[in-house]
Amino acid sequence: MIQVGFRFLEHTADVYVEAWGPTIGKSFEDAALALFEVMIDTSTVKPTKRETIVVEARDKHELLYKWLEQLILKFEIDNNVYSRFQVEKIEMRWKIFHLEATIYGETYDGERHPSRVGVKAITYHRMAISERKGKTTLRFILDV
Amino acid sequence: MATSIFQNVPSGLGSRRKDFRVSGAELDKIALEGVNWLIEKRGLGWPEDPNYCEENGFMKNADPEKVSKTAKDRGESQIGTLGSGNHFVEIQKIDKIFDTQTAKAFGLMEPDQITVMIHTGSRGFGHQICSDYLQVMERAIDKYKISLPDRELACAPASSNEAEDYYKAMASAVNFAFSNRQAITHWVRQSFEQAFHAQADKMGLKVVYDVAHNIAKIEEHAVDGSIKKVIVHRKGATRAFPPEHPAIPSAYRSVGQPVIIPGSMGTSSWVMVGAPHAMDITWGSTAHGAGRMLSRTMAKKSFWGNEVKKELESRGMVVRAASSVVLAEEADPAYKNVDEVVQVSHDLRIATKVARLVPLAVIKG
Repeated sequence: MIQVGFRFLEHTADVYVEAWGPTIGKSFEDAALALFEVMIDTSTVKPTKRETIVVEARDKHELLYKWLEQLILKFEIDNNVYSRFQVEKIEMRWKIFHLEATIYGETYDGERHPSRVGVKAITYHRMAISERKGKTTLRFILDV
Repeated sequence: MATSIFQNVPSGLGSRRKDFRVSGAELDKIALEGVNWLIEKRGLGWPEDPNYCEENGFMKNADPEKVSKTAKDRGESQIGTLGSGNHFVEIQKIDKIFDTQTAKAFGLMEPDQITVMIHTGSRGFGHQICSDYLQVMERAIDKYKISLPDRELACAPASSNEAEDYYKAMASAVNFAFSNRQAITHWVRQSFEQAFHAQADKMGLKVVYDVAHNIAKIEEHAVDGSIKKVIVHRKGATRAFPPEHPAIPSAYRSVGQPVIIPGSMGTSSWVMVGAPHAMDITWGSTAHGAGRMLSRTMAKKSFWGNEVKKELESRGMVVRAASSVVLAEEADPAYKNVDEVVQVSHDLRIATKVARLVPLAVIKG
């Protein structure tokens, strides 16, 4: 299996994603790409706009939830879509996890970005984060 | 006609309105007063419309102060938009009437009469409220020492401040959803007026009923022989109150509450009526639709959006869709047979058949 990537698992009503990478940061990047792949064809997105995202959480599950939620909000409120994600750091300070990332994309344009299904929310249902030596695998369900 | 609705009601991924946006203060009014505000202040509907809506178009205990700014930001451009996924507007005709007297009370007079079904909800506004309160409830489970089998089931005791705040926020989302459907009703009427050069009221485009299918309500039910106040959460379920229930609009009180069961794309949909047995076995509820059988992934592997569209068109249907991927995901074979689902409800006497509707045109997200 390739080192980084994601795939969609079987789930009757919603979208069940598995994403993986050599580090938790890389796996979070794939999770983000999977999220936008549900909504659009990310190969059509030009990474011209650059933004910074900062997320804080009490544990890694919450960190994943809030990271993806921020990205949904970037789409829903700012009307942007993204195709490149770079997690700069994930660290723990005073028992709180901090994530900082740079994301690249552009304004959503229905003409240039053929649409798929909208993601309404990320859920904790069956969310799993498994960290083994050299490989982190994430599983989560998107409410569509 | 379908093209006109497709143009007048934004649908699909990230659908938002450019011609109709509400300010933060106006959104608070919608959250508080529901469809009444839209009708009175913005003219999006007829004065009698709220009479044919669950809760007369607004839940009284809503409090927009319990809703985050993020949720409001998501909601501002989404009143009168369809969204994507399984949401739709369908132009239908009555195929067969099963209960003539009740159908007449609902305004469903005869076969071939045209109906319009609208299926959408509280959009990003409601989803953000859910997401925000999930965080609140996550803290509450520590505070109240609750252990859970799945983190998504985060909760708090019904009498806690957390639960009360949530209920007020949820009621705001319900009012948003009623208003969203009301606004779409208005633009559907306008589309008919544009297409037929006649007035909507002259064409008889009255609201049959508007009812939620994902909602928590505080209701009174018989439990172990006595009447108790309970929270009924209808998720993928819809209310089916029997005749004489005080929550039913007076025009329908003698026959029972209209129950709307949308079928999958290209198949029939149903209007049923709530029956007394629902109060005995299902807290006054029934199923709200066909329910998926195939995952979206499987559906996409099995069908092509363009073929789904062609197949529907070959049966005389008009299809206007924002996304061909959604057409594949929503293809009819991905869903259970709605006629069988309806039959179960009918046989159990929780909601009984009134009329079967067949699609003429579908507008999809």
